[in-house]
Amino acid sequence: MTSENGTIWLLGPQYHKPTLGELYEKLDLADGPIAVVTAGWQEREGEDEELDKYLGGRSLDLELYRRADRVFREDPEFREAHREMQRKLREVEGFYDLRLSYVVESVRRLLKAEGHEELLRPEQEHAIEQLRELDAWHMKRILDIRGAFETALKPLEREPIAREREEIRTILKEAPALVITGGHVAVLLNRLRLFGIKELARHKTIVAWSAGAMVLTERVVLFHDHPPQGPGNAEVMEEGLGLCPRLVALPDGKKRLDLSEEDGVASFARRFLPDYCIVMADGDCVAFDGETFSAEEGVLRLIPNGTVETVTSW
Amino acid sequence: MVTREREDITERELAIHGVVDKKPTRNEIDAFMESHEFPLVEGSYTTFVYRGSAEAVYLGHWIYGLPSSQQFKHVVGTDLWYLVMELPPDSRIEYKLQRTHHGKLEWLLDPLNPHKASDPFGENSVCHTAGYEIPEWAQPDPEARPGTLKEMVFDSSALGSARKVLLYLPARFRTTRRYPLLVVHDGPEYLKYSGMKTVLDNLIYRLEIPGMIVALTHPEKRLTEYANHQPHARYLTEELVPFLESELPLLKQPRHRGLMGASFGAVASLATAWRYPGFYGRLLLQSGSFAFSDIGEHQRGPAFDPVVEFMNAYRAKPKSVSEKVFISCGTYEANIYENRSIVPFLQKTGMELRYVEARDGHNWENWRDRMREGLSWLFPGPLWMVYE
Repeated sequence: MTSENGTIWLLGPQYHKPTLGELYEKLDLADGPIAVVTAGWQEREGEDEELDKYLGGRSLDLELYRRADRVFREDPEFREAHREMQRKLREVEGFYDLRLSYVVESVRRLLKAEGHEELLRPEQEHAIEQLRELDAWHMKRILDIRGAFETALKPLEREPIAREREEIRTILKEAPALVITGGHVAVLLNRLRLFGIKELARHKTIVAWSAGAMVLTERVVLFHDHPPQGPGNAEVMEEGLGLCPRLVALPDGKKRLDLSEEDGVASFARRFLPDYCIVMADGDCVAFDGETFSAEEGVLRLIPNGTVETVTSW
Repeated sequence: MVTREREDITERELAIHGVVDKKPTRNEIDAFMESHEFPLVEGSYTTFVYRGSAEAVYLGHWIYGLPSSQQFKHVVGTDLWYLVMELPPDSRIEYKLQRTHHGKLEWLLDPLNPHKASDPFGENSVCHTAGYEIPEWAQPDPEARPGTLKEMVFDSSALGSARKVLLYLPARFRTTRRYPLLVVHDGPEYLKYSGMKTVLDNLIYRLEIPGMIVALTHPEKRLTEYANHQPHARYLTEELVPFLESELPLLKQPRHRGLMGASFGAVASLATAWRYPGFYGRLLLQSGSFAFSDIGEHQRGPAFDPVVEFMNAYRAKPKSVSEKVFISCGTYEANIYENRSIVPFLQKTGMELRYVEARDGHNWENWRDRMREGLSWLFPGPLWMVYE
């Protein structure tokens, strides 16, 4: 375990096969409340009776969603600036989607193309490199927009946020662990970042699943192979909190991705190298001690050759 | 129904010819019947079979463009009757058998076919050709959280009577959240014959559409109220929707407010939006009876007089009435001509329009099968953003 953080536990989705209770028993946590973030549930934040049961009746919701609402109400200048930043992000995302559709299509076609291996292979590699460059460019645009917002507004120094953050700090001080549920990944990441939870949760054991697992990685990748509308191109949404490096978390990936489609798996895996693209399915459990990821029962990794294989550590 | 995989199968190679091309014995017919399911789909051919005593057997169907009655061949000296039709793939066809027996014509469900569909007039047998499958999202999913239905009675001064409205509230409904509203014409029929509650439960559970409130309305005099009827439009727009908005946590921008209907219900949806342009930001129009006349009198009967008057007026002066319009129609229904015809008129108003066709007829399961595409386009859900 590193000095920076406690162990981070990433679980599969908890809706059909809850494993949180089992993990809680195993962790044998020190006394104190278990801090919980359910901001991804938005209006349903805090409706966590079942969660509380799995956590031995010790859960204490940090209420980040409600706190953010309060901040926006109390600080109109911040609210307007935040809204404007979101507008810019949406606009940039529109440009990214437009470009992405062409680049992804060229990768798809080239992976299916026939030709001499020595001629075709470099074209495929270059097309994937263009995809990676586009992702990196988009990430840079997001960071620039958010950076400008943070420099101008200094969110953590603003009184309403600082006040809420102080309350959160007090709770977390007593809490041996932080649990982050799934839900709306952008809302969740936004609220965690708004109150600087990453810094406040240092040295804590963290348990997270679904959207909660995604926000802990270095980049949040949105994905679905069969949406009812559109081509289903995976896209980089944002920089995550970076607590779980070298990982692209794919919750419910067995349902959302077509893992038998080799070209799709290959382009996904190659696009995000050197990170590991890991499917987090029902019942899965991965531990990260600051250096190594380990999964006793194994988890599925998307492999650059288009297959999936079970991995137990990386 | 069994589908033989070979697409290039010729008519002479069909299984039925292995039996009927010789003088089959009873045992050979029995063996043939037992070893196949009917209608028997082989490549682009579909073989319908009837076994029993009759003077004549016909296939009665509702495929616009084909003679509505197709005669079966009788295998002389046996009680076997058959009809081979070449039908396009991905088709869904509702039909009945017409049997003449002791000089009387009877309409029968196909006794060899377990697939049936219902509508307000009864049941039909259903033939699926190669490639068609009942969408899995239209079938009950035990994992999907069910929404609830509750009935309310609304006293409409516009219509001068009390109206029953069924309200669909999504699973995990919260008064602290705001929802889009979809107003549906012929609501109880959509529930009963198109499985609309199952579809809504599934699409919401799968995050393909947002949790939404759906008002399922029902007319008293359908042909009057749905044929561009001012009191009907006023009832929905000035009475029902404002009432629902005052009682329920609804999003009030037009883009969160939709109207939906099939056949005459589609006319009612478009006409209501036309009378209140901009109020409904989303329209889902299925197999609309958009009858018009370019010259002379229309031939559709007096019930269509106000429809034709409305459509002719709209076509003469098209205007934008909504933001997004989804239109679907079956290629085997008589309304296909009218639906194809209205598309360019709607397009030139600047409204965002999507038009889809399917190889199906004028029926509730066709309308069911198009709901996912229509609803998820008009009301996209948080699929990309939510990971539970």
